Amino acid sequence: METKSAAITRKKEKRSELYRKLGPLIALIVLILIVTVLNVNFIRPNNLLNLLRQVSVNALIAFGMTFVIITGGIDLSVGSTLALSSALTAGIIALGVPSVIAIAAGLLIGAFLGMINGLLITKGNVAPFIGTLATMTIYRGLTLVYTEGNPITGFGGGFAFQFFGRGYLFGIPFPVIITTAAFMILFIVLHKMTFGRKTFAIGGNEQAAYIAGIKSDRVKTMVYAISGMMSALAGLILTSRLNSAQPTAGTAYELDAIAAVVIGGTSLAGGKGRIVGTLIGALIIGTLNNGLNLLGVSSFYQQVVRGVVIIIAVLLDRKK
Amino acid sequence: MQVEMKGITKAFGENKVLRGVDFTLQSGEVHALMGENGAGKSTLMNILTGLHKKDSGEVFINNKETVYANPKEAEEHGVSFIHQEMITWPDMTVLENMFMGKEMKNKLGWVQTRDMEKKAEEVFKELGIDISFGRTMKTLSVGQQQLVEIAKTLLNDAEVIIMDEPTAALTDREIRTLFKIIRQLQEKNVALVYISHRMEEIFEISDRVTVMRDGVSISTKPTSETNYDEIVKHMVGRDLEDYYPEMDNKQGEPVLEVKNLTHMPDYDNISFTLHAGEILGFSGLMGAGRTEIMRGIFGIDGIDSGELYLDGERIEIKTPTDAVKRGMGFLTEDRKSEGLILDFSVRDNISMTAFEEFSKNGWINDKEEEEFVDLLIKRLTVKTAHMELPVGTLSGGNQQKVVLAKWIGAGSRVLILDEPTRGVDVGAKREIYNLMKELAERGVGIIMVSSDLPEVIGVSNRVLVVHEGTLSGELNRDELSEERIMTLATGGK
Repeated sequence: METKSAAITRKKEKRSELYRKLGPLIALIVLILIVTVLNVNFIRPNNLLNLLRQVSVNALIAFGMTFVIITGGIDLSVGSTLALSSALTAGIIALGVPSVIAIAAGLLIGAFLGMINGLLITKGNVAPFIGTLATMTIYRGLTLVYTEGNPITGFGGGFAFQFFGRGYLFGIPFPVIITTAAFMILFIVLHKMTFGRKTFAIGGNEQAAYIAGIKSDRVKTMVYAISGMMSALAGLILTSRLNSAQPTAGTAYELDAIAAVVIGGTSLAGGKGRIVGTLIGALIIGTLNNGLNLLGVSSFYQQVVRGVVIIIAVLLDRKK
Repeated sequence: MQVEMKGITKAFGENKVLRGVDFTLQSGEVHALMGENGAGKSTLMNILTGLHKKDSGEVFINNKETVYANPKEAEEHGVSFIHQEMITWPDMTVLENMFMGKEMKNKLGWVQTRDMEKKAEEVFKELGIDISFGRTMKTLSVGQQQLVEIAKTLLNDAEVIIMDEPTAALTDREIRTLFKIIRQLQEKNVALVYISHRMEEIFEISDRVTVMRDGVSISTKPTSETNYDEIVKHMVGRDLEDYYPEMDNKQGEPVLEVKNLTHMPDYDNISFTLHAGEILGFSGLMGAGRTEIMRGIFGIDGIDSGELYLDGERIEIKTPTDAVKRGMGFLTEDRKSEGLILDFSVRDNISMTAFEEFSKNGWINDKEEEEFVDLLIKRLTVKTAHMELPVGTLSGGNQQKVVLAKWIGAGSRVLILDEPTRGVDVGAKREIYNLMKELAERGVGIIMVSSDLPEVIGVSNRVLVVHEGTLSGELNRDELSEERIMTLATGGK
């Protein structure tokens, strides 16, 4: 039984919670409006589809990063994981393996690299920042060793692989469709399944979660594996689009991914977050990049603007 | 220094925490402030020290109306609040901690360690504290940290010191030291506000007692003119004849058998049997190894050797996951760091142990979850406006009920309760005892670790006493007395 005043407080809380959730979305809409007013070309379908395709790589990485950050961790190795799994996949395709199998192998490689991060952090008890900082350089180094420092090109790849990054389905770029599907799956995993609950619980208070019987080591290892797999997925799209695997691909991508997660309202302290927010965060960053380019703003200034937006996002989030 | 607070009111949102409280404090007195959790004691003191702004009312200090802008200003004027949860810098030295933010510097801004040491030494000497300044804070016991905290207030020439549950985490010896120091402060004409739930201490140390209930001061009396029953009655607002529920002494089949459990140096060769429907008390001095034994059984910390049997069947428990799967539950001593996720909702905290109850193949059914949680909230009469409130906003007693709900929801058949009523007010304590009784009647085996002797005697069917990591004795219900338990707990026969 609820008293009347409790019901009122509850309504108030719900409303402030709603504003909190809507904050990033409102920011995105305002941003779109501003850019459109300044240059109407922004809103043309071609540009918008282009924008979504540009966003998809960062969004995919950021989805995985959201899980990691909700556990209270961080994954700095995503860019290197992207590069290493891309290079290995290109190598596999060059061997003549059918592209669908190669794509699956690429994703598994990504998950495996992520799992190594997870084991390092859980079994080795290494702080996530340090552990993934180390694997960031290890994976990058291995990529350079494997590719001998040169891009892997001309490996061909069947229609499926070409379609992966370049194809269109019903007029929509295929990477956008992949990203949408990944978003829906991960949304369900995070918000509708017990795995997601456990992820939040670990970030909220790992010791309490452990004593409640949650296998925190296993959940965390899987979370890093998800992050690795999403990086690999992003890498496959990139590789397909460029038709080459670059040894330096994905450098500094972890920063954009973390930025998207933070702008989306996920707390770096762990325990709090939303994958919808991350999607919006990635869209905000993408809109900024695309819009500032359209407006002819120098790329030097673009960086300044991006940093300012991150600060504003965090300040707004804290205020509530 | 003389403090007079008149007609203080304060509301947080719609929640009226204080509704016209009067409170006076004379220099040189120890004034006990009592009341259930949520009665408004801390809020009142936080208004005095400037952490909260009062809505109405007046505060006079030495007959002059005074409002401190913040606790720092209050401290500078000699009014210090030692909170239950002390804020320290664990990796810095005692001296650095004492002078944090008010280091003594020369004109160039260099910190004058020598001068600070000299000043701190004076205070330590005055209080008879013997702790080396160079030690890092984390190497000190909680009791020692508290003494440092008190010494710190004297660096500011404190004239009013407020202590919130100062003895909650202290050993008996440390409590004696604390009391000695309180007496010394009293002689220096310092006025002390002593907030505590421990009745014996109030009668030993305080000169006057003020009891608060629901945001009002119910009574203020010289301690010598009141008694235990009267204080409890004022706190609860009714008589409490049957403080402990009537326990029946039936016990069923053995559920949990522990054989030769050893983890050196914490405990050695621990064997006992827990029966269905039994409340088995675990008594002993702090640090005797009771909590460690429980953590070993539950798989939180490793064991060297020993065997566990559940329903006569040998089981291996390597992690809490194994224990939970076997139908065991553990209410830990430290609710905040191990029992709850404070900023998560009541719902999320309760459902954490029992996902299977409302999920299928990993998919959560939100509606079933809500019903499941709602049922537990009702059954345990958890006082919360709704299940989406962060559990950290509830009172201590209700938080403890949430932890219990979590394990009852998981269907635990063996429940380990480590200090189940610590930091819980009188009314909620009784509800927890009744709940324990009800669970036992339904065949749950309960182990209760407790430092509260009346509680151990009032609730347990049987008591095991731990002394320095070994079981020093077993007492049946008819053999229970505080003297017997203390003798065994201190190594006597």
